[in-house]
Amino acid sequence: MSALRNLLGKLAAINARYREPRIEMSGAVRASLLVLRVYLLALVALMIYKFVLIVTQG
Amino acid sequence: MNAFAKLYYPLRKAWKAVGLYLVIAGPGMVVMVADNDAGGITTYAATGAKYGYHLIWFLLLLVPVAYYVQEMTVRLGAVTKRGHAEAIFDGFGAFWGWFSLLDLMIVDWLTLVTEFVGMTAALAIFGLPPWITIVGVIVLMAVIVLNGRYWTFEKLALLFCALNLVYIPGAFLVHPSVRDVLHQGLIPNFAGGFNGQLFFFLMANIGTTIAPWMLFFQQSAVVDKGMLEKDIPWGRFDTLLGSIITVVVAVFIVIVTGTVLPGVDIDSAAQAASELMKTDRYVGTFLAIGLFDAGLLGAICISLASSWAFGEIFGWAHSLNTKIRQAPWFYTSYFLMLITAGLVVLIPQAPLVLITLFVQVIAVTLLPAALVFLILLLNDRATMGERCNKPSQNFIGGFIVVAIIILSTLYGISVLFPNLFK
Repeated sequence: MSALRNLLGKLAAINARYREPRIEMSGAVRASLLVLRVYLLALVALMIYKFVLIVTQG
Repeated sequence: MNAFAKLYYPLRKAWKAVGLYLVIAGPGMVVMVADNDAGGITTYAATGAKYGYHLIWFLLLLVPVAYYVQEMTVRLGAVTKRGHAEAIFDGFGAFWGWFSLLDLMIVDWLTLVTEFVGMTAALAIFGLPPWITIVGVIVLMAVIVLNGRYWTFEKLALLFCALNLVYIPGAFLVHPSVRDVLHQGLIPNFAGGFNGQLFFFLMANIGTTIAPWMLFFQQSAVVDKGMLEKDIPWGRFDTLLGSIITVVVAVFIVIVTGTVLPGVDIDSAAQAASELMKTDRYVGTFLAIGLFDAGLLGAICISLASSWAFGEIFGWAHSLNTKIRQAPWFYTSYFLMLITAGLVVLIPQAPLVLITLFVQVIAVTLLPAALVFLILLLNDRATMGERCNKPSQNFIGGFIVVAIIILSTLYGISVLFPNLFK
């Protein structure tokens, strides 16, 4: 139990340490990260679609 | 005598330079040669069998691609003294950091399984049962990493890199027509026309050239080795030499299978080695030894890439210069990955083919992110100072990154939907 508490505490400390991105969020950086998010969402949607296909078609 | 005296000093100078390089050599050479892992060997063997020598020119184009991407990790590591995982957490915050770290862990573990598949298949050709291979590999890797010195690990890894050159004498044994190799291989052409299947092979070759773990491994290795900004030129040279050697080895594999197995559909490098055994025992043996070595080198680097990344983020001691008592979590995570991946191969009816395909798809989700972060981090003038990307480097690096993202994405999609490009 205490090991789990330690782990959660560690994760919270990591999240706190890296809460704010250090790189200056210029327009180009924001645009790059937005495109990356859209790309990853599209890819995940494609994988889910494939998974559904496999399940429904056996 | 006079001519000898004139040669003496340039030769001594060159010898000194070679000696100095051997001290500095390491991260670039190891990561590049390890890139020719079990999956890579399969791809090259299949490419040679399918298209003969016709795609050699395309493989040569991959030298600058691999160099430009990996060179950026040398600069980033030498300047920031941080691994790639920590650089992403620090630069882009916890969300992108966790995404990269967890994705890396999944990709690395699955890739590790494929390395074990390659190693067990290679030694099965010599009649060795899989469990002996797996136990032997884990013991060997323990010996390599537990000596408490990065230097020893690196030089042992370089020894295995040298073994990767076994494909070169293998190619000479099959007596290829040098004229055909030069004529068909060096003039850009698409044998049989540009179709979906050819496109799939081109994408697969690119996919095996740049893998997400390579970025994480080389940057962490640069930091663990203690490379400084003044070492960057040597790091670049090391990376360039490594990228040339990795492509040269790939070309010789293509020559072997292109000469002996033209038109044969190859599903795995072990299958290629078995086929080659029937025609030339020595060449088949060379291919099997090379496959085992490739899997071993890949496994060493991939498991280290993950352990370094976790150590950086969780604040554990994470250097090969530490003993197991000083860095227990670093070595625990290393062996946990290794042992669990090895055990999967021993499970009867384990979906190993599905795992191999899944690796390629998951890698596609991490690679673009890692490459985009790499370019953005190299443009952070506040951290990189004069080592920041120049406009020409951004142009070349950006072009390569965009091309890799598009092609690797299409490759991932083609793995999900195999009939799309047929």
